[in-house]
Amino acid sequence: MEKEADVQLQKTPLYDIHVAAGGKIVDFHGWLLPIQYAGILKEHECVRTKAGLFDVSHMGELEVSGEDAYEFLQNLLTNDIDARPGKAVYSPMCYPDGGTVDDLIVYKLKENDYLLVVNASNTEKDYQWLLENKKGRVNIANRSAEFAQLALQGPKSAEILQKLVSEKLSDIRFYNFVNEVEIDNIKVMLSRTGYTGEDGFELYFRPADAGKLWNVLLDAGRDFGLAPAGLGARDTLRLEAAMPLYGQELSPEISPVMAGLQRFVKPEKGEFTGRESLIEQLEGNLNKKLVGFEMIDRAVPRTGYEIYSNGTKAGYVTSGGYFPTLKKNMGLALLDTEYTGEGREIGIKIREGIYGARIVKLPFYRR
Amino acid sequence: MKTYQGMKYTKEHEWVREDNGLMYIGITNYAQLELGDIVFVELPKKGKHYNAGEPISVVESVKTASDVYSPVTGTVVEVNDALTDAPELLNTEPYENWIAALQPENPSELDQLMDEEQYAQFCARGE
Repeated sequence: MEKEADVQLQKTPLYDIHVAAGGKIVDFHGWLLPIQYAGILKEHECVRTKAGLFDVSHMGELEVSGEDAYEFLQNLLTNDIDARPGKAVYSPMCYPDGGTVDDLIVYKLKENDYLLVVNASNTEKDYQWLLENKKGRVNIANRSAEFAQLALQGPKSAEILQKLVSEKLSDIRFYNFVNEVEIDNIKVMLSRTGYTGEDGFELYFRPADAGKLWNVLLDAGRDFGLAPAGLGARDTLRLEAAMPLYGQELSPEISPVMAGLQRFVKPEKGEFTGRESLIEQLEGNLNKKLVGFEMIDRAVPRTGYEIYSNGTKAGYVTSGGYFPTLKKNMGLALLDTEYTGEGREIGIKIREGIYGARIVKLPFYRR
Repeated sequence: MKTYQGMKYTKEHEWVREDNGLMYIGITNYAQLELGDIVFVELPKKGKHYNAGEPISVVESVKTASDVYSPVTGTVVEVNDALTDAPELLNTEPYENWIAALQPENPSELDQLMDEEQYAQFCARGE
């Protein structure tokens, strides 16, 4: 195979620590990150029952500030970002046809000053999209290199973190954040958010502090069973919770309404890019829909497998696999709307055979 | 990890062992470590014929699905049904848990495979 010598792989500030900890390193959209340490099943279970620590420093951070920042973002995002500082808002960002540019979290740092946390592989595309659509008095800056990020996830997260911070964590509710928290003299933006379906926190801080913070957190969590977790478990955890992954459940071809994210699309807030197309879809003019399914026959469904209904192609699997907590083979699928409906049976083409599956309610797992 | 005397190995990380005229095949420790947690094994059907190098089984881990290629030519006479409910046996004891047993047509095919020392070197080269 030809080597892609001109592709520069990026490392997070914790790369050496991952290698030393036995992390199995893979190339994830150009980033060298651990897919697992002790094993995906063990790490998955650890996050569901205790807590896990993830390095997610590859995520992108874009800052939008200036007098017109609020209106500018309201105009590009489908969700309503009208909130007090300290609130985090999840939102898709769409093209005029309703297709998805990215899904992201907006942190309101102060009036007319926002930090957008975006998917790593979309950072440059999103940055360009913001620049192209720039309107009014706004400053747009790609600050990704100035942030490292850790995710502490699982039912024990709050107890572990409370040992390290003076703020009362029970006062920080889900999708809220505090900008300047100190952990062992490290300044951290602390957000009660995550991508696992569990309670948890995401911490943003300077890359130079990454090694120290990683160790401080692991030490504090030792008695609670905290362990490092990799990208493999991150994917199985988010999939069980039916959280979308950009590139699979969302894409330029898959709108947030198709993906079942209606509650993050707010036409009532006023004009925004994609609004008219999304209103049409919300009103029922929707040709494709994301559904959850579980296998009836013994087989593992995987991304890209075709789906049939009585011999007719009905769609494809966007994400699938073995679900460790539920101990079932399940997945998400994008189907032509006529084939959707809870309880309906579909066939998944796996290698040479068609294997039976049934459409089920989402999410698969709820804490 | 304990192996068996006379075990032979392929470049695709299968092992094969002759016992009472049958060829037992499985995957190596290197293979299971590469795959990670194994959650499903698609067993071949008894009575089916395979040529050496043909896919005979699929082993699926949390991450990925991987073909297992038959190291020899022959007909499947036994499959290891225990793997249906406990696929993780291929992680915990890869050399104790065979996937299928074949009645070989040409036992001398074994001579073309690697022995333990050659296979260890092959893995060390990271091919």
